[in-house]
Amino acid sequence: MRRYLISRLLQGGLVVFGVTVVVFVATRMIGDPVNFILPLSASLEQRERLRADLGFDRPILVQFWDYITDVFTLDFGTSTKFTNEETIDVVFRFLPKTLQLVAAGMFVAFVVSLVLGMLSAVKPGKITDKLLVMLSLIGLSMPQFFLAQVLIVLFSVRFGWVQIGPGPWTHMILPAVALALPAIGRLAMTVRSAMIDELNSQYVKAAKAKGMRRKRIVAVHALRNASIPFVTLAGWEFIRALAGFTVVVEGVFGLNGMGSLAILAIRERDFFLIQTIVLVVAVMVVLINIVIDLVYKTVDPRVKLG
Amino acid sequence: MDTPQHAPDEFSSRAHDTEEAIHQEESLEGRPYEVRAATKGVFRELLSDKAGAFGLILLAILVLVAIFAPWVAPYGPTEGSLSTANIKPVWADGGSWSHILGTDPQGYDMLSRLIYGLRTTLLIATAVVLIAGTFGIAVGLFSGYKGGRIDRWIMGYVDVQVAFPGLLIAMIMIAVIGGSKLSLIFVLSFNGWMVYARMTRGVVLSVKEQPYVEAAELVGCTPKRIMFRHILPNLVSAISTLAVLEFARIILAEATLSFLGLGLRFPDVSLGIVASAGRDYIFSSPRLIVIPGIAISILVMSVNFAASWLRVALDPRERDKRFAASAISDKAAGAGQ
Repeated sequence: MRRYLISRLLQGGLVVFGVTVVVFVATRMIGDPVNFILPLSASLEQRERLRADLGFDRPILVQFWDYITDVFTLDFGTSTKFTNEETIDVVFRFLPKTLQLVAAGMFVAFVVSLVLGMLSAVKPGKITDKLLVMLSLIGLSMPQFFLAQVLIVLFSVRFGWVQIGPGPWTHMILPAVALALPAIGRLAMTVRSAMIDELNSQYVKAAKAKGMRRKRIVAVHALRNASIPFVTLAGWEFIRALAGFTVVVEGVFGLNGMGSLAILAIRERDFFLIQTIVLVVAVMVVLINIVIDLVYKTVDPRVKLG
Repeated sequence: MDTPQHAPDEFSSRAHDTEEAIHQEESLEGRPYEVRAATKGVFRELLSDKAGAFGLILLAILVLVAIFAPWVAPYGPTEGSLSTANIKPVWADGGSWSHILGTDPQGYDMLSRLIYGLRTTLLIATAVVLIAGTFGIAVGLFSGYKGGRIDRWIMGYVDVQVAFPGLLIAMIMIAVIGGSKLSLIFVLSFNGWMVYARMTRGVVLSVKEQPYVEAAELVGCTPKRIMFRHILPNLVSAISTLAVLEFARIILAEATLSFLGLGLRFPDVSLGIVASAGRDYIFSSPRLIVIPGIAISILVMSVNFAASWLRVALDPRERDKRFAASAISDKAAGAGQ
């Protein structure tokens, strides 16, 4: 167990390092941040001086070494867009919105997909099942931004049920649903097919022959086995949402989360902010991956970690 | 004692068995893992799968429309002026048949833009599937067949890249190399080859242990022959379904990147560009987002339907499953009456 954790953390460290290198090299190629900070009228000397102040005139390897050593002392650099604010503070200011969105969206997605998947697996081929399969396919075929826009047009503009933009907690309903819907499509299909396989298995037949109640067979015995692929996929959805896929929903609904911050940082060539965003996201992804493996192990004791 | 060549000792009888087995293998038609067997019945399956047939026909029409865009589209993608701006679609009041889906605030014809956009989007998606697929399958075959340390290193790298926050990296990369067709193809391929590698390797590993591969190795087949003749056919079903699903995913990914303002630039037009252009008019004229949104959805849906048909049709085991399922449900329906 400990060996497993150490090896996973080492691998995670590699992931974070790899991402850092890729993003570091990429940002240094995006363009000159100085042009985005100073007004057009700034003289050449002013530009040179600022570039030297920020340290962007040095060779890239020197910059990278400085950055890495700074990160190990938890100094993530200052933002150029949010004047003189530590990038890590900016990130932590924007992070809660994304976490709320992901938590709410994934909660909805997991609950709804489990229920729908089970409902359609119990009677495969019946009208509810066919309807669900059809709806999932249609839902999966819609771009997420389009789903989000349709939700706005329907529920906010047409019916006026929920407001968009800052306000009470109800303004998070539509974003959460928009985030959840594609995930529901994928997850419900997984639950359905896993459940159908389990319900056709020998142990379910044995339980039936023994006279066990159908509810108990479905909800206890089959569900536990069917939840193995579900956990894998649910974890993947969760990571996907955290790893930047809230950017679309945040963009459409105008939420100030990590996605919007990333777009802003890229547009404004705020190098250190981009790096910190990606670093924080990568660390979260790595840690959650490990947590999911542990959950997986609990659900399916046959799994060997390592 | 019989003649030596009929000696009933272990060795010669085994050699005889293997030879016979190979002979049988060469002559048998319809072996489960043969490409021909895998593709046999594909079209019969299509007739019984209405959604699949529908998706495939629709997709074929869309591809034809995209290929012949300059002849099909009533206008050019950037043809129009303010005098033709904001014309409503034909079904709304004030709409006309000259602009069936209406025009946008720049005066461009929506239908024409969608057709040209479809062309770009399909081109990008095809290129990405080909590049990412070829690279991924090659890596997966190599890694799975070599095994050992090389396999561990390659798959370790794949794991690392899979754990990358893909969309963020794609956004940054596009900001670096600029939004063009080539850069989109490069970035999406860079983010998409790992699934093929993983799946190929998985199939290779499971097939490698099969008796018939061991037999082929024993009789001295070259690695190349084993790889292409004995292992690759197992991949046909899984990979082609994956490729079609990836095709759908890439259409959506292109649309998403363009929507975020990180896709192609004017005058290039893709489905994502058309959809994102309506973004600022969501409250004043929702049709500018609804029409392109539906267009993308229809395209992706036809691809998805085709994929679900392909999955069943190309896999003999799935075909059996479906046959069994229909037999059982018939029986159940009969018992219920």
